[in-house]
Amino acid sequence: MTDLDHIRNFSIVAHIDHGKSTLADRLIQETGTVKDRDMKEQMLDSMDIERERGITIKANTVRIDYVADNGEAYVLNLIDTPGHVDFAYEVSRSMRAVEGSLLVVDSTQGVEAQTLANVYHALDADHEIVPVLNKIDLPASECDRIAAQIEDVIGIDASQALRVSAKTGEGIRATLEAIVHRLPAPRGDRDAPLKAMLVDSWYDAYLGVVVMIRVMDGVVRKGDRIRMMQTDALYGIDTLAVLKPQMVPIPELGPGEIGVFTASIKQVRDTRVGDTITHEKKGCAVALPGFKPAQPVVFCGLFPVDANQFEDLREAIDKLALNDASFSSEMETSAALGFGFRCGFLGLLHLEVIRDRLEREYDIDLITTAPSVVYHLFMKDGTVRDLHNPADMPDLTLVDHVEEPRIKATILVPDEYLGDVLKLCQDRRGVQLDLTYAGQRAMAVYDLPLNEVVFDFYDRLKSVTKGYASFDYAMTGYQEDNLVKMSVLVNDEPVDALSMMVHRDRAEMRGRAMVEKLKDLIPRHMFKIPIQAAIGSKVIARETLSALRKDVTAKCYGGDATRKRKLLDKQKAGKKKMRQFGKVEIPQEAFISALKMDS
Amino acid sequence: MPLPSWWRAVLPEDWEEGGFGLYLHWPFCQSKCPYCDFNSHVSANIDQDRWAQAYLGEIDRIGALTAGRVLRSVFFGGGTPSLMEPALVDVILRKVRATWAWANDIEITLEANPTSVEAGRFAGFRAAGVNRVSMGVQALNDADLRALGRRHSLAEARAAFDVARGLFDRVSFDLIYARQDQTPAQWERELREALAMAVDHLSLYQLTIEEGTAFGDRFAVGKLHGLPDEDRAADMYLRTQEITAAAGMPGYEVSNHAKPGQESRHNLIYWRYGDYAGIGPGAHGRLTVGGQRMATEAHRAPAAWLEQVEQAGHGESLREPVDGQAQLTEMVMMGLRLHEGIDLARLGRLADRSGHDIYSNINGLRDIGMVDTDGGRLRLTEQGRPVLNAVLRRLLPD
Repeated sequence: MTDLDHIRNFSIVAHIDHGKSTLADRLIQETGTVKDRDMKEQMLDSMDIERERGITIKANTVRIDYVADNGEAYVLNLIDTPGHVDFAYEVSRSMRAVEGSLLVVDSTQGVEAQTLANVYHALDADHEIVPVLNKIDLPASECDRIAAQIEDVIGIDASQALRVSAKTGEGIRATLEAIVHRLPAPRGDRDAPLKAMLVDSWYDAYLGVVVMIRVMDGVVRKGDRIRMMQTDALYGIDTLAVLKPQMVPIPELGPGEIGVFTASIKQVRDTRVGDTITHEKKGCAVALPGFKPAQPVVFCGLFPVDANQFEDLREAIDKLALNDASFSSEMETSAALGFGFRCGFLGLLHLEVIRDRLEREYDIDLITTAPSVVYHLFMKDGTVRDLHNPADMPDLTLVDHVEEPRIKATILVPDEYLGDVLKLCQDRRGVQLDLTYAGQRAMAVYDLPLNEVVFDFYDRLKSVTKGYASFDYAMTGYQEDNLVKMSVLVNDEPVDALSMMVHRDRAEMRGRAMVEKLKDLIPRHMFKIPIQAAIGSKVIARETLSALRKDVTAKCYGGDATRKRKLLDKQKAGKKKMRQFGKVEIPQEAFISALKMDS
Repeated sequence: MPLPSWWRAVLPEDWEEGGFGLYLHWPFCQSKCPYCDFNSHVSANIDQDRWAQAYLGEIDRIGALTAGRVLRSVFFGGGTPSLMEPALVDVILRKVRATWAWANDIEITLEANPTSVEAGRFAGFRAAGVNRVSMGVQALNDADLRALGRRHSLAEARAAFDVARGLFDRVSFDLIYARQDQTPAQWERELREALAMAVDHLSLYQLTIEEGTAFGDRFAVGKLHGLPDEDRAADMYLRTQEITAAAGMPGYEVSNHAKPGQESRHNLIYWRYGDYAGIGPGAHGRLTVGGQRMATEAHRAPAAWLEQVEQAGHGESLREPVDGQAQLTEMVMMGLRLHEGIDLARLGRLADRSGHDIYSNINGLRDIGMVDTDGGRLRLTEQGRPVLNAVLRRLLPD
């Protein structure tokens, strides 16, 4: 047990690629928490996907023992939080467990949209914030300009900003000193009844559910009987440990300390992040405020390419759900794609991460249908329904009106691209809320419908700004609009997996783009194929894919038999990557590419 | 249900529906053409005696496996077999004669390049027993001959062709069309000229860009321009069928045209899925041995083939059974190339034996007008013929 004065709990906030994980690595290395030979790049990013994409998905924690220049030993608990908007809920709840933040800004790039979003979470949690200008080893580093920008845009004092190169290690020691001297020590009462916050939980194949806690008051020990106040469940603590970053057993945790325990808990769903943990007897009277559980906002269908892998997919989804309570799934049947699951995600990155994990860790080839948001259907009979799948849209005569989710989007972009960004937002039914300048960068704030963003907004934004824009968003609520279901017919048969909700005014444009795309994506067949987009029975766009006219091998003699047969077998195997729809074969990628718009 | 063995002995074997032929591969050329993906090599010194011994040894070996069969055809392919010495062709054909009984109308074809050097050998080939030549003329104007990498001029080709026509009753020649920058009108003129020259057989191939050729490399980097798009290629193909039919030399296969009765008997063995022995570097064979159809392949590299024949007593690099489904695929893939199509009863026997139902696929294709089954034969319609590959993908079992 460490006394409160010698504990510092902190997180690091940064925009993606600004060097957060590298800085964390250096802090761990500098203090000898991990031996050099055990050091891996981005120590705290434990999933392959995290390391590969250079992103953090789950919050990770490490306890660092540090002897400061004043000769005293401190315990520094670092919670490394995700940077991406999809995982904003993880960021905000992790921040409640610590008292301060290092705000890392790339001194060659400056403040970006995620910097802002994350620093607001830190300010919301009353953090003391220490700005850190990173990448000072690079020639393009402009510390003074960026420090001024931090003061301008964020409004915090950056005169004492640390200047660091996480890559070379310069300024790391000064950072550790700043953590000790500039961040506040936690507060708490050792003699009060136990009050600990459930910060996070995850499933470990060997240990079962591991629960991370921050002790506010009191002391928790191995073997204690505890109560989860929200779920009112009782457990006995089997193991108690701190993370360095691997688990190191510890006999007790006191106020201000962060650690983990196991208690024979079967699934992550049995734990509620933000819950208050106290002792079964002599518990505390008032629970911590707690958090609202994260709600999926983006839904899509996941179908196995090979129908025989449906059971494997079910098993894989169940396993992933064990560890990720924010990911939802229910069985779905599609006429086009067979059996699969309708899954809910926190955002597009979350969707991609889960899909990648299913494909890679479980070796299942997937067809992903177009992402959709959750619409609120106000029915004529007065009931309200959630619509997760456009294919389930009831008959229009039964619906009074439809509401869709909207977001507040913040985009930072160099001046020269601003025009294109404004046009993009306008095209996507955006309403401008604010437009300000900081140096040569503009900050545009827009109210946008989420359904215009879920598909390819970010790709488009990157392409019109050559990758120089940064983007972040927060859900703001629901709003009524003129939304209709557009269905797609290929060879006169509706393809359920391609139906989508669109704004009535944009329907013709989307429909035209869709049928044109499909015309390119579907290979020519031996007969001509009409491709139509329709609202109800009204066709709003139509293309005809003309029949295949020539596909014949000019020469085929005795010496060609083997090779041509193998080629044919290969082509037939390629056909399996197609979905048979009536008489038409539609390539898998069509289900997602058809919805991408070029403008 | 498998047939009892005594039954099998009574029924004809499947290959007999197509007959039995012999293919001999001469792998050498004077130069390599930019569209050609055949097994051909350019070499200055060729010991023709040594090659003769190797061919004779292989004929003995294959003869022992196919004793008692009647031989319908011999085909010297390449490479450029017109570069062989007539004496070598003679010694080979003597051996062939001694090994198998010959059909009365045996066809003995030799592929020839239309140059003056080779035309000088034609009389010798005829004396050795060759009764048909197939000439690689390829184009009827000098600029295109050069673009196709041919070493002969049009005048030279015409002269060689006249020599051949004087010596052989049966002469075929090849043209390549849908060439770079060739308009339909240009091709039509060229085709009419060709028909005026033609004796009894023509092979008209649309230029195909094959991987691993000079054209393939240029195509891959986007440097091969002026090739027709699918619609134009289809139009040129259909027009070619009309013109040749009107001139009395209708198509009988995807790219082959003949006066009735003058079809290539050797190639019909392939398309009717008979048995054929392949001798020489890179040659492929299909041989039914002990009731099982086998695929054979010989070493592609000339030196390796020669050495193996001399040292191991055979030139094969591969010999493997062709399973039921592969046989079905090959029979359909080859047979549908012919206008005569495939006997449904024969197809049915093979499909049943390999446990595949292809009848529903056939019906589906008939419904959309791609095939017909009149007279007990499965045939492509006019509409289906230019899209054979798509028909095959739909027809054959997965």
